[in-house]
Amino acid sequence: MSTPGTAEEGQAVAERRLHPVTPLRRAWAPVTVIVGWTVHDPGRIREQLAHLSAARLLLGLTVVVLVACVYGFLSWWFTRFAVTGTELRIRTGLLFRRTAHIRLDRLQAVDVTRPLLARVAGVAKLKLDVVGTGDKDELAYLGEAEARALRAELLARAAGFAPETAHEVGEAPARLLLRVPPRMLAVSLLLSGTTWGSSAAALAVPPLVWAATHNLWTVLALGLPLLGGALTRSAGRFADAYDWTVSESPDGLRIDHGLLDRAHETVPPGRVQAVHLVEPLLWRRRGWVRVRLDVAGSPRSVLVPVAPREIAEAVIARVLPGVTVPASLSRPPRRAAWCLPFWWRGHGLAVTDAVFAARHGLLHRSLALVPHAKVQSVRLRQGPWKRFRRVADVLVDTGANTTVTARLRDAGEAAALLYAQADRSRTGRRDARPDRWMVS
Amino acid sequence: METGTAGWDGEPVWRGLPPGLLRMRRLLLVVWLGLLTVVVGVLLALFAGSAWALAALLPPALLPVGWVLLGRNWRSWRYAERADDLLISRGVLWHEETVVPYGRMQLVEVTSGPVERHFGLASVQLHTAAATTDATIPGLDPAEAERLRDRLAELGEARSAGL
Repeated sequence: MSTPGTAEEGQAVAERRLHPVTPLRRAWAPVTVIVGWTVHDPGRIREQLAHLSAARLLLGLTVVVLVACVYGFLSWWFTRFAVTGTELRIRTGLLFRRTAHIRLDRLQAVDVTRPLLARVAGVAKLKLDVVGTGDKDELAYLGEAEARALRAELLARAAGFAPETAHEVGEAPARLLLRVPPRMLAVSLLLSGTTWGSSAAALAVPPLVWAATHNLWTVLALGLPLLGGALTRSAGRFADAYDWTVSESPDGLRIDHGLLDRAHETVPPGRVQAVHLVEPLLWRRRGWVRVRLDVAGSPRSVLVPVAPREIAEAVIARVLPGVTVPASLSRPPRRAAWCLPFWWRGHGLAVTDAVFAARHGLLHRSLALVPHAKVQSVRLRQGPWKRFRRVADVLVDTGANTTVTARLRDAGEAAALLYAQADRSRTGRRDARPDRWMVS
Repeated sequence: METGTAGWDGEPVWRGLPPGLLRMRRLLLVVWLGLLTVVVGVLLALFAGSAWALAALLPPALLPVGWVLLGRNWRSWRYAERADDLLISRGVLWHEETVVPYGRMQLVEVTSGPVERHFGLASVQLHTAAATTDATIPGLDPAEAERLRDRLAELGEARSAGL
């Protein structure tokens, strides 16, 4: 178990434990169960408490705390992880044993997050994105320095460095690509529809309730949570995206953000399946966009919360090498208006030699880019009404389980596009970068 | 890697589904509609009076429609193996055509339920990393299904690519 170092297959690998702070966090589990029980049925608890003397109560509490501590300690003691040449093994469970073997070459992204309390304690959480698993596997908590070192090591090994040298590679140097100024972030939130929607609801409901009931308490009881909700929503978004920086390093794209809870995500190159450029209506005059990523094995994530279009496009060019965002898109034919009145104008398509780009939305525009090499399958779909109007949809499926649709294309063009796209994604794959991007 | 499309002269070789599938589906239609007729007739006769039981003639009236629709649907299904991808085309009113490159295949399955086995049929199912890629070819001859599976698996391996 403690034979250090050499990670040859079959030999015992050095297993490590989490940071000693972890039991404290785990010990919360039984306590929360008790608290939940109390809140669930307060009347009976008070009744029961009345029967107990102070001494018994104290004894009971001590037992609970002790049990919690022992549980926390044991679950910490039985959680171990090890890095071998090809995989990360996590063993957990006191009664129900679980061993997760995570193949390093299937690793999609590694995030280091530091919630506020963890920041105070000087620890961090390591989250791992793997294709095919619903939720992230995580190592919580590690020492901050250890988390960074482990992250660097995992990424270096996933990139194909030899196990012996993976330690020494260390954290790759990063080059800053983008930093979102707080002022811009605040203005962008002020200009977004959801902020206004929730604020308007919070401001509109209390007068209406007052008109209906003329009861001050009802108004307060309804209005205050709404107002608070609207405030925390926008404030929460602000705090989450505060000091958003994107930087580039050999082991991937680093995304750091957060005012109170700091998150540190790394997206390895070549794992991005699709990029979405979103343009809310009110941002368009300023030329601002939001950029989101589809990464296999993890939910859709934000790459840039807000940035001027040119800068966002420069960042996209780093995420998807060789890709430029197409400037002009071709609209569906005029007769598509019979299938989708008015909104047909919002749809557009452009196919360059690197990406398949489809736009939808008239007011809230969204442009999806899929590199040809990331296309899993291509489909053509045509319903009876669309056949009558001689238009068809072309659907492109990506590895992140998302589908990008170019709607309402001319039927002949769509049929040609179907085969051309299949050919392009095949040839695109041939000169795509290898999975282990540092070896070549 | 040879591309294979070089020798491809524009039109893929399409194959239809075996007639056994159509026979099976039509038989199932007759069986289910027959059962429905009996159940509706008996229930209506018991609870609503014998005049209402005439409504049980409604399901058999649907039989010709279903018969024709099944035939049209069966005819619309076809697949083609090209050098680098598999094409599946299906649907009459709602037409859908799928292209799956061999290199994207994660898994090929051959499945066969009890009814299908009785009729000597099997389905080939393709899985890629995208769950929306629903590439299934139903009702193939088991030998053909196995040939297709082996060929797809072999081609998939030769042209495999990561995510």
